[in-house]
Amino acid sequence: MANNLGLTVKPVTETPESEVKRVAAWINTEEYKEKNFARQALVINPAHACQPLGAELAAHGFEGSLPFVHGSQGCASYYRSTLNRHFREPAPAVSDAMTEDGAVFGGQNNLHEGLENSYKLYKPKMISVFTSCMPEIIGDDLTAFIKNARLKGFVPEDLPIPYANTPSFNGSHIHGYDAMLLAILQTLTNGKKVEGRCTGKLNLLPGFDANTGNIREYKRILEAFGIPYTVLADISDVFDSPNDGTYRPYPGGTKLEDAADSVNGKVTLALGTYSTAKTYGWLKDNYSGKHASIPMPFGIAKTDAFLLKLSELTGKPIPAALKEERGRAVDLMTDAHQYIHGKKFAVYGDPDYLLGLVSFLLEVGAKPTHVLCSKGTKKLEKELQALLDSSPFGKEGKVYINKDLWHLRSLVMTEPVDAIIGDTHGKFAARDAKVPLFRFGFPIFDRVNLHREPLIGYQGVMNMMATICNKFIDVTDETCDERHFEMMR
Amino acid sequence: MSTELKTVEGITKESTQAMIDEVLELYPEKGKKKRAAHLAPNDQASGSACVKSNKKTVPGVMSARGCAYAGAKGVVWGPIRDMVHVSHGPVGCGWYSWGTRRNLMSGITGVNSFPMQFTSDFQEKDVVYGGDKKLATLLQEAKDLFPLAKGISVLSECPVGLIGDDINQVAKVAAKELDIPVIPCNCEGFRGVSQSLGHHISNDTIRDYIIETREFPEPIGPYDIALIGEYNIGGDAWSTKPLLEECGFNVKAVWTGDGEMDRIAATHQVKLNVIHCYRSMNYMCKVMEEKYGIPWIELNFFGPTKIRESLRKLAELFDDNIKAKVEAVIAKYDPQMQAIIDEYKPRLDGKKVMLYVGGLRPRHTINAYEDLGMTCVGSGYEFAHTDDYDRTASEMPDATVVYDDASEIEMEHFAHILKPDLIGSGIKEKYLFQKMAIPFRQMHSWDYSGPYHGYKGFPIFARDIDMAVNSPTWKLVEAPF
Repeated sequence: MANNLGLTVKPVTETPESEVKRVAAWINTEEYKEKNFARQALVINPAHACQPLGAELAAHGFEGSLPFVHGSQGCASYYRSTLNRHFREPAPAVSDAMTEDGAVFGGQNNLHEGLENSYKLYKPKMISVFTSCMPEIIGDDLTAFIKNARLKGFVPEDLPIPYANTPSFNGSHIHGYDAMLLAILQTLTNGKKVEGRCTGKLNLLPGFDANTGNIREYKRILEAFGIPYTVLADISDVFDSPNDGTYRPYPGGTKLEDAADSVNGKVTLALGTYSTAKTYGWLKDNYSGKHASIPMPFGIAKTDAFLLKLSELTGKPIPAALKEERGRAVDLMTDAHQYIHGKKFAVYGDPDYLLGLVSFLLEVGAKPTHVLCSKGTKKLEKELQALLDSSPFGKEGKVYINKDLWHLRSLVMTEPVDAIIGDTHGKFAARDAKVPLFRFGFPIFDRVNLHREPLIGYQGVMNMMATICNKFIDVTDETCDERHFEMMR
Repeated sequence: MSTELKTVEGITKESTQAMIDEVLELYPEKGKKKRAAHLAPNDQASGSACVKSNKKTVPGVMSARGCAYAGAKGVVWGPIRDMVHVSHGPVGCGWYSWGTRRNLMSGITGVNSFPMQFTSDFQEKDVVYGGDKKLATLLQEAKDLFPLAKGISVLSECPVGLIGDDINQVAKVAAKELDIPVIPCNCEGFRGVSQSLGHHISNDTIRDYIIETREFPEPIGPYDIALIGEYNIGGDAWSTKPLLEECGFNVKAVWTGDGEMDRIAATHQVKLNVIHCYRSMNYMCKVMEEKYGIPWIELNFFGPTKIRESLRKLAELFDDNIKAKVEAVIAKYDPQMQAIIDEYKPRLDGKKVMLYVGGLRPRHTINAYEDLGMTCVGSGYEFAHTDDYDRTASEMPDATVVYDDASEIEMEHFAHILKPDLIGSGIKEKYLFQKMAIPFRQMHSWDYSGPYHGYKGFPIFARDIDMAVNSPTWKLVEAPF
């Protein structure tokens, strides 16, 4: 009886090799899959993070905006390092370093000191506050705290301080993105609506998307149309800044006056119906002009719909250059379809990405077989199912909502696929299943430059097609026998 | 230890203090007062700390610090390969710390090795009604799905402690029912001021739940030792453990890199504890010393000078057999290491490095840079204590700047003034300094390289430092137009 668990002292043992072999085989079986899917409480290898991570991404997307975590400094370090690793860029953000005494006295003192210090040190034009677990549990009143901070002179009266409640025990990073974006727009547009004024611009909400290439692609498309625009929130220059020997803490982002004036916009278009749901719900009642919310433009059909919507909302014709680009994307698809047709895919990711990736796969004749979202809703399940039902290539597909990557592992081991599409975290399942992993998601910790490669629009179609088909051809070249190692593919 | 005063041309106590005063001017009054105690010029001769440490982070500064959970999950528990480590609470903490420390593991993932993310994924209802029932269910599920796991650790995240769950009771019941150790670790992130308390809490749980619960079936020999505070970053333990074995020791357990629970639990039987990362594991060394009379010794496996010094210090505690083996090992590797120095030193001689890491490397790596001809012009820790700074004083050149829990603005300012040729720090600092065209290596994760420990590590370390400092890419930063 050596310890307070009352366990007896046992000899040090090595697991016999035969046992290891037996279990290694067992975890690949149908029997194990059933047991695995019967899990009620344990989550293993989830493909989603918590709200504040998304909140930080949104906060970075505005000019001079300093993301501010009301909570423990450890939380802030986790979010920052995730963004650092994915973008390979700085992610300057602060926290008010709440500790145990905050649980007793509340976090007001920390928040006030934090606002005073961060304002003076990092000279932000806006401090975007969001919460991690601790203040959410103890019920800190951010409205009152921030009002008091102004009254006591810790920050200037006119410094915008949007704040969002982003509890980690609810939703995922996409919901935190939405909550922070909403708070920023509500704060910046407050009192800015002018009757009769129209900026003539289109407001584009890209949603939670950690691909700077996608944001640049939206801008290129809008420029091709000749549509003046404001991207809400524009992370492209923030997380894709040039190296010229100077560090700039705020290298880009949507200009605050543009964001403020966005309320007088001509058109507002939200992409990503899941990660902008709350924001869109609010702005459609509060923004001038026309509004629409459509799925992210992955694949030909959804890009067509995007361009048609742009044309419809702005009255501008679709530029010939984009029509040609469509033709080139389709040309690649017809040229290369043989390398992807009928291939089975396991696909997982955030809802908006997932809807886009599945429709892209269906339109090239690939079979999305396991479609998994580790944080989703019934609505998403229905929408994904409807998408699968719309195509003969979706017949074998099955949707798994609120399942994790350990479930996915069971799926790919018992019902094999040719490839997995997801983020870096899928590499373990992909290795076990001996199939390629295509990193069309977030985060990407183990490959360079992919966050700069657009996946949306016709250009995105070409990128995804080339990446997938060339990888399959590589696999053939690497695995075929000598007799079948050919010059042409 | 050398008592020779190391100096750096152009750096005096006055110049360093002036640099510190400048950066303090950026703060509001209160923040300035708090930070002033954490920044100071080194007093090499004193051999004692020149800064305050282990204090609360100043709110609103860009600190690099993590939390107690990070210290428990990421540092102490996570590397034990044959246990399931449950991040108990919301999904984020476990997700952020999943695979991001590079403590490599042997075994088959999901079979007898578990570098995965296990979480109770707290939802609103768990916060309202408590998560104890869910925990009990998931422990059973973990046991069913991973029958070869030697034990389960339950690592509390913030909400668990705040809502008053009793994970200790749940763990106690589960351990009996499942017949495996279930270790409750109350390491909520709000406890303490940094990762450091998480290390301490984890050491305490090892003391309370693990140590002495296993025994080696074979008789204990005179050369049986344990390697403590070696986390196998980038395969470090796969360099240090064989090295110690080559010196004639039986390394019975490694804490906790590529670690095995049973062996850790039987460590009370060894003759000596060899500790590398003092900050994170000194607590258990002291416990084992008091409780079982096991002496412990601090070693440094970075760079040939320190390795040589360390091995001889270790041999001193043993008989002529070990002493002879150690000398033979040194004689074998010294020429190899000299060849590495001959290759890289001409390109690195006189280069300046600034360090800012966790709790060990800001002092332990200084000499490895010096082996390559480089000079440390500033160093500091995220979460060290006074005893770490005491140990740092004699390693750093006199009058160079020491910074505790440095904020980014301080690091940036010091870098502007000191113009280092290399900064060794973490992922959050990396891209900032690279934008300033300052070569950088991540010194927590070995920047996806490694090992850096031992004789196997030094050639890789030297290659990486040379690669960073002398990459032709830095010359392209300035455009010709």
